[in-house]
Amino acid sequence: MAKTKELLFDPVVNDNPIALQVLGICSALAVTSSMSVAFVMSLAVIAVTAFSGLFVSVIRSQIPSSIRIIVQMTIIASLVIVVDQILKAFAYEISKQLSVFVGLIITNCIVMGRAEAFAMKNGPVESFIDGIGNGLGYSAILMAVGFVRELFGSGSLFGVEILTKVTEGGWYYTNGMMLLPPSAFFIIGFIIWGIRAWKTSQVEVDEFKIAPNSKMKEA
Amino acid sequence: MSSSNESIQKTVTVALLLCLVCSVVVSASAVILRPAQAVNEQANMQMNILQAAGLYDPQQTVQEQFELVSTRLVNLETGEYVEGMDPDGYDQRKAAKDPSMNRVLSGEEDIALIKRQAKVAKIYLIESGGQIEKIILPIHGYGLWSTLYGFMALEGDANTVAGLGFYEHAETPGLGGEVDNPNWKAQWTGKQVYDGDAVALRLVKGGADRSDSYGVDGLSGATITSRGVDNLLKFWMSDAGFKPFLDNVKQGQI
Repeated sequence: MAKTKELLFDPVVNDNPIALQVLGICSALAVTSSMSVAFVMSLAVIAVTAFSGLFVSVIRSQIPSSIRIIVQMTIIASLVIVVDQILKAFAYEISKQLSVFVGLIITNCIVMGRAEAFAMKNGPVESFIDGIGNGLGYSAILMAVGFVRELFGSGSLFGVEILTKVTEGGWYYTNGMMLLPPSAFFIIGFIIWGIRAWKTSQVEVDEFKIAPNSKMKEA
Repeated sequence: MSSSNESIQKTVTVALLLCLVCSVVVSASAVILRPAQAVNEQANMQMNILQAAGLYDPQQTVQEQFELVSTRLVNLETGEYVEGMDPDGYDQRKAAKDPSMNRVLSGEEDIALIKRQAKVAKIYLIESGGQIEKIILPIHGYGLWSTLYGFMALEGDANTVAGLGFYEHAETPGLGGEVDNPNWKAQWTGKQVYDGDAVALRLVKGGADRSDSYGVDGLSGATITSRGVDNLLKFWMSDAGFKPFLDNVKQGQI
């Protein structure tokens, strides 16, 4: 079962879809201003990547290569609609906050990328586990970003107050920028920096060498 | 992958079958989950109404608490109840878009920037022993980015504010989004709407005087949202809004 473990946990640090592959950034900016929303979004993405991997893999030998992308897309889109409907029925409050971003999982490159790169070439069980693994990798970054943004932006975690805000009579001045999407760029940037400082093998080779500064000559 | 997959026949068959299966799955989930979603939507709306009136108690179910509330339809022009229409089936937002049920607002009248207004409004009353205790009125108007939808609750005297809350808006989080701040909303309770016949309730930039019974603090960093809230209040409390109805309540004609 060494392979299962590899499939499941490799995407969390070694091959993280956000940090290494730099996919799925858009939704990572949009849904991370509070942790509970980020958590539900993570679950939705895990479910969609896992099941889309499974179904694409099941019918992979029947898919004509000329329409394979649209076939994958159809499967993913159907799954996302089902997930959206389930959220609206059983987690109404959160689905209101996630609004369009559940629908936008369809366009999340991670799902598409795993269907095309992995599920088309591997068996259903491996594809399912790979889907969960990549979903977990996405979730790990989402939760980390959500942690920083909610703690410093709203002074709370999962809606529970940690730092008492000035507006509530406390001492903490909330950092308004943390609530706005650009802050997620900075945090993801720092995370990528951190991971690449730790796992130096992820550092990309320069595509070209920068020439040394030209020397000044006597006129 | 064999080359037989690449024939036109195979391509069309796969595409058709896939579409068929996916459409069955999608429509089945939509149909099966529809009742649960409708219950959620209704409970959410009822919770907003109760919260605006300051009556919501998380310990009890929304349905139980909502039994106290009666839903009525009011003709905004005459300020009288509309009989012969089912209040539960009436959708004020849809009516505002229906040319036979709405009124187009002219430029200077339309301070809340809503363009069209339904002629009939759906209001909620809490009565005890034939006396109106609370009147909950739907209000909406444009802020900075979005139309704010909310409820304004008045006491039985049709002048004292019991509470205010917006249930749908897309204002900037942390700035205009502070219309959801419980501390800010708490300020509304006990304020007066009318000074004589004019709407005196307003938002004060820079903070209202505590003794001012008509003023509420403007939201800092959200001038345009504050102005929007101020305008929509003025609009809905004026003759174009609920004033005829509230006058009827005051005079005991309802």
